[in-house]
Amino acid sequence: MGILDRHKAIETHATLLMVLSLLVVSIGGIVQIVPLFYLENTIEKVEGMRPYTPLELAGRNIYIREGCYGCHSQMIRPMRDEVERYGHYSLAAESMYDYPFQWGSKRTGPDLARVGGRYSDEWHVDHFTYARDVVPESVMPPYGFLLRNVIDGEYIQDVVKTNRMVGVPYSDEMVENALADFTAQADPLGDYDGLEARYGEDAFGTPVNVRNFDGHADLTEMDALIAYMQVLGTMVDFSTFTPVANR
Amino acid sequence: MCAKPVKHERPEVGTTGHQWDGIEELNNPLPRWWVWVFYATIVWGLGYTVAYPAWPMLTGATPGLIGGSTRADVAEDIARVDAANAGIKARLVAADLNAIGTDPELAAYAERAGAAVFRTNCTTCHGSGAAGFQGKGYPNLLDDDWLWGGTMEDIHLTITHGIRNTTDPDARYSEMPKFGVDELLDDTQIAQVVEHVLALSGQEHDAGLAAEGAVVWEDAACSGCHMEDGSGDPTQGAPNLKDAIWLYGGSREAITESVFYARFGVMPNWNARLTEDEIRAVAFYVHGRGGGE
Repeated sequence: MGILDRHKAIETHATLLMVLSLLVVSIGGIVQIVPLFYLENTIEKVEGMRPYTPLELAGRNIYIREGCYGCHSQMIRPMRDEVERYGHYSLAAESMYDYPFQWGSKRTGPDLARVGGRYSDEWHVDHFTYARDVVPESVMPPYGFLLRNVIDGEYIQDVVKTNRMVGVPYSDEMVENALADFTAQADPLGDYDGLEARYGEDAFGTPVNVRNFDGHADLTEMDALIAYMQVLGTMVDFSTFTPVANR
Repeated sequence: MCAKPVKHERPEVGTTGHQWDGIEELNNPLPRWWVWVFYATIVWGLGYTVAYPAWPMLTGATPGLIGGSTRADVAEDIARVDAANAGIKARLVAADLNAIGTDPELAAYAERAGAAVFRTNCTTCHGSGAAGFQGKGYPNLLDDDWLWGGTMEDIHLTITHGIRNTTDPDARYSEMPKFGVDELLDDTQIAQVVEHVLALSGQEHDAGLAAEGAVVWEDAACSGCHMEDGSGDPTQGAPNLKDAIWLYGGSREAITESVFYARFGVMPNWNARLTEDEIRAVAFYVHGRGGGE
């Protein structure tokens, strides 16, 4: 009876089997997961990443609510065909403020990781309303109702707070002014200096898009979703980025 | 009727000692070939972690003897293709815009590269056949009606900087007043000027209203951009109103909407996404679709 024959003792004791299984799985888990918390190159240092503005955050929640991730990924893989079609491959830093991330794994539609600035706001309105008007071969469902859903940002401060709780570095000032910033971003004729100061060029090196995204007077879910679309993948300044070799 | 039970010889290997209702479990060894393959995969696995980046250490993962980096691979892949095309790309960038077509080799490259760029980036708005979407504000690139000019230089400039975007200060810009929204004209005047525009384009119209509309046309300074006769001005992106080509529709309703709310078509600037040679290639492609001036 060598040591290998002793497995009978384990296999015939349910509790011992459970404890030892847990031990083995834990070791595997710890080796894989723990280094991610202390290794410095897990999330590379980049210039320009900022937390989403309240309006973009609301748009992100609509994106999640509508299950956009079911058909669209937000992850450009490091391969030549993807890089040539969509732009620079995605970096971990680009989704460090995403809770939860929207990488997805299914591309019925194209990848959206760098869709920001690629199309005009007007195109997005047309396309969300009825995609086949502008892309005849599209199978995307219509989302015209977004244009009718007026939003007032009632819970936007809570959304910002919750994101801060899970790790997005929103400052006290950002939380306090969440509602003001929410409405300011869709009103280019209003006062958006505060929004610009908190999220803009001077604070993070990335300008904030302040536009009436859907072209309608009311602030709608369409505004929020397009604000989110137009910022996707536009934050990182790739002129200052050098990839680490061993990844 | 049951078959007569067959009594097997008890094999040499013995049993595991487990027994259920008289059924015993033989302790056959695993096939040797299977066991050796299993050991080989373990050795391979260990070797793999030595050869490639694997073990997490304090400051980073072990680099591995052979190394290996998906990011380096893609950079190399792109560099290889770029190097293969470097010569022709440099020639494309150096060439006079109007001379691209005179060099067969350059023209063949620009046509194909431009088609690829067009398919990837332009088809979502201008359609896969470059015919745009009539009445929706996405211009047809196949005809000879150009909002901002159809020469190689014009097309190149439009693609580079875009139109009315907020991301490039050099973007082409013009803005039609919102005659209705901003109450520059009242509803009667709008109805009159719309009849005048219908008359300009040779459509069915009310002659009486159109005559009054001609006065509104002058008073509201429509001619400042669309010209006296409505033939438009490509330097200001003001469309020709005399032809049958309508970016946002040429019906009475559509024209009324255009005058009331104005139009503000936006095109992104592509200088941030495309390289100069790609912009030149796609400009050449668009110019060659049939309507280039």
